[in-house]
Amino acid sequence: MNFMKLSMAAAFYSSLLAAGVIFSTRVFPFILFSGKDPPAILKFIEKYIPPMVMAILLAYCLKDIHLSSEPYGLPHFAALAGTVLLHLWKKNAMLSIFGGTIFFMIMNRIC
Amino acid sequence: MNRYYFTQALQITMPVFFGYTAIGIPFGLTVVNAGYPWWLAPLMSIVMYAGAGQYVAIGLFSAGVSPVAIAVTELFVNVRHVVYGLSLITKFKNVGKWKFFLIFGLTDETYALLTGCTVPEQSEPGTFYGTITLLDYLYWISGSLTGAIAGTLLPFSFEGVDFALTALFAVLLIDQLRATKDMLPCAIGLCVTTAAIVLSKLHVLDARHILLSALSTGIAVLILFRGRNGFSSEKAEESPGSNTKSDLEG
Repeated sequence: MNFMKLSMAAAFYSSLLAAGVIFSTRVFPFILFSGKDPPAILKFIEKYIPPMVMAILLAYCLKDIHLSSEPYGLPHFAALAGTVLLHLWKKNAMLSIFGGTIFFMIMNRIC
Repeated sequence: MNRYYFTQALQITMPVFFGYTAIGIPFGLTVVNAGYPWWLAPLMSIVMYAGAGQYVAIGLFSAGVSPVAIAVTELFVNVRHVVYGLSLITKFKNVGKWKFFLIFGLTDETYALLTGCTVPEQSEPGTFYGTITLLDYLYWISGSLTGAIAGTLLPFSFEGVDFALTALFAVLLIDQLRATKDMLPCAIGLCVTTAAIVLSKLHVLDARHILLSALSTGIAVLILFRGRNGFSSEKAEESPGSNTKSDLEG
C-alpha cells in the first residue's frame, strides 16, 4: 500500500467539510427542538446528563495514566485528591484548580 | 460587551486558558510536523473548533484518508455535542444575537463552564455566556497559532499544566453534586468510562471511541435507573439544582 498524504488543497477542503460535520452535531438539537415545546425527555437530560458527562470527562482525562509502571499515576491521583479536598474545604473554584495544577506540576517533576 | 462581562468571563475561563494553551500548542506543532503550512493550524481551529476532532483530522490528512471517511469519523468523534446541545436548549432560549456563536462554540470545556456557572443578577445571559465562549475560542486559536509558529522555541516547560482541565472537571462535578445531591449519574459516568478505558487498554475498544462508548453506555444505564422518575413525575422531581435554570427562565 502506498500512502499519500492529502495535498494542501485537499486538507483545506477536508477541514471545511469536517467543520460542517462538527457544526451540524452542535446545531442539530437546537433546530429539531427549539421551535416546539421541549419533550419530557429534555427534563431528564437537563437534570441527569451534565453530572454524568462531567464524571465521564474527568475519568477520560485520566485515560493515559500507566498503572503498571512508575510512578503508578501517583501525581494524577494525589493532585486530584488535593483538588477535591481543597474544593470541599474552601469552595473556591479558581483556588482549587490552581492549587491542584501547581501541586500536580510539582509532583510530576518529583515522581 | 463591556469591562464587567470581560472581567467575569476572564476569571471563569482562566483554567480553560491553561488547558487550551497546553493542548493547542502541541496541535500546532503536529500540523507543521505533518508537512502542512503553519496557517493550517489556526485555520482548522477557527473553522472546526474541536480539540479531539482536530487531532483526529490531522492524523487522517497525513494518512491520506478520503473526505467521506473523514466526515464519518468526525461525526463519531463529535456526536457527543448533540447531548450537550440538548441539555442547553432552555439556557439558550433568551440569549438573543449570541445564539449562533454559542452553538458554534459548544466545546467540552465551554459546555462544562456554561452548565456550571450562574449568571450574575442583572446580567444579560447572552452576553455573559457569549463572552465566556468567545474567550475560550480565542484561547484555542492563539494556542494552536503559538504551537505552529514558535512552540518549540518556548524558553520554559509547560509540562503538566494541562492538569488544569482535569481539575476543572473535578471542581465542576463537585459543584453539580452539591446542587443535585444525587450520586448516581456521577457513579455511572465514572464506571462506564473506567470500563471503556480498560477495554481500550485490552485492545478490545479503539482508544478514539472511549468517549463515545462511555457517553452512549452511560445514557443507557442512566435511563435504566432514573428513566421512570425523569419522564413521569416532573414536579416531584424538581431538585435544588434546578435553581439556576428557573432563574434564567423567569
